[in-house]
Amino acid sequence: MKYYSEDHEWIVVDGDVATIGVSEYAANELGDITYVELPAEGDDVTVGDTLGVVESVKAASDIYSPLSGAIKAINGALEDEPNLINESPEDKGWICKISNFDSSELNGMMNEDAYQDFLKEIS
Amino acid sequence: MVADQVFNTPLRACHESLGAKMVPFAGWNMPVNYKEGIIAEHNHCRNHVALFDICHMGEFKVQGTGALEALDRIFARPVFNQPIGVCRYNFLLNDNGKVMDDLIVYRLDEEDFFIVVNAGTRYTDAERIKSQLPEGITFKDVSDQTAKLDLQGPEAADVLAAANVNIAELPRYFRWGNIEINGIPVLISRTGYTGELGFELYFDSSKAVDMWEFLLSFEQVKPVGLGARDTLRLEVGYALYGHELDDQHTPLDAGYAPMLKIEDNPDRNFTGKAALVATEPEWKLVAIALDGRRAARAGAEILKGEEVVGVVTSGAFGPSVGAAIAMGYVKADSGIDIGDDIELTAGRATISGAVTELPFYKDSSVRKKL
Repeated sequence: MKYYSEDHEWIVVDGDVATIGVSEYAANELGDITYVELPAEGDDVTVGDTLGVVESVKAASDIYSPLSGAIKAINGALEDEPNLINESPEDKGWICKISNFDSSELNGMMNEDAYQDFLKEIS
Repeated sequence: MVADQVFNTPLRACHESLGAKMVPFAGWNMPVNYKEGIIAEHNHCRNHVALFDICHMGEFKVQGTGALEALDRIFARPVFNQPIGVCRYNFLLNDNGKVMDDLIVYRLDEEDFFIVVNAGTRYTDAERIKSQLPEGITFKDVSDQTAKLDLQGPEAADVLAAANVNIAELPRYFRWGNIEINGIPVLISRTGYTGELGFELYFDSSKAVDMWEFLLSFEQVKPVGLGARDTLRLEVGYALYGHELDDQHTPLDAGYAPMLKIEDNPDRNFTGKAALVATEPEWKLVAIALDGRRAARAGAEILKGEEVVGVVTSGAFGPSVGAAIAMGYVKADSGIDIGDDIELTAGRATISGAVTELPFYKDSSVRKKL
């Protein structure tokens, strides 16, 4: 199941693991990504914590954790190829995986259709 | 000028039809990048030819007997010995010797000058210059009638040749000439803001769309926005007004003493000189090569050990350098010099780097022989 947050993150839930990334819309808005600061594996995070930083040529943007849980994995490929976020924002450009999260935190999230409507509203 | 008014260049519709992302810059609605994005545009300028809409910048004409002498007193770098045909990078100072603007003075004839200034300082520059001109010298702000396009990149002369311009008639580095492109009379100078071989073109603003479309019709040429213009100039260490130069710093702070030649011309006086020579520079502009891709942005602190010794004025990932680069002011008495390791703040983190020599990008075609 795929969810989107109002901060333009996507969350794909597979069993008890959620994969997190930034949406294609956000990647386009940021422009060419030149650096990604990733969280550390094993870190505990709560909703709203800074997961990391995505830098484009012009600016740096924090990525906020949409879930509370533990960082199970990070996408180390982004260290050498941060532009994977531009090329494949919702697949190869994933940022991290969170486990041990409370699935009730997904209740406020949008599905793909609702997110597309949300983008129309804000544009 | 109305405070909240945003101006458009004659090319706004062209930018929008090319899918540009438009942003406000110095009171103007300008393209920050087109569809391919900043890095692709940056690389295109380094490898082929970039076309920039720079119509927002200001242009003045100063003419009349005594103009040479008057401008020599108004600008910090000598004008008195500037040959006809030459363009010279120069500075307008306030009474404290701090920089009100950096600009280029074109000597068109004995007493006939063309001055190109930043968009954000156009009106204050005009007042400052006019107030110091003696009677009988005319000052005209011709910015609204003048279009400016920058054609920059190692193949820029090839494009002009393909446009039926005689290469032998193109001006040499920091010189200007009069040519025709596509039937349009153009004041052309071999100057620019990218570190590449290139030209700046000035012509009647009613021809802006014609010229833009004509130059984009050549396969080597792509439109490039202000985003890449910033990374291109930073990689070769060119100052940006409001960042490396401002009314808090002197041209000596910024390292331009060799251009001003104050000791060589002891009898020469210019506005701001008294304040400039009264004290030693308080600041020193340095170039910083960062360790890695993460950038420190304008406003970040420069640390030597635990001590804050300065502030970053510009910082970005340098696409042709492959790493983050920055420029910034350190206190002159900090003793910081080339080779010294320093740290920069970036949000919660600190990034290490070293003070280095300019330019960051060394394969520039800017002085390439034609």
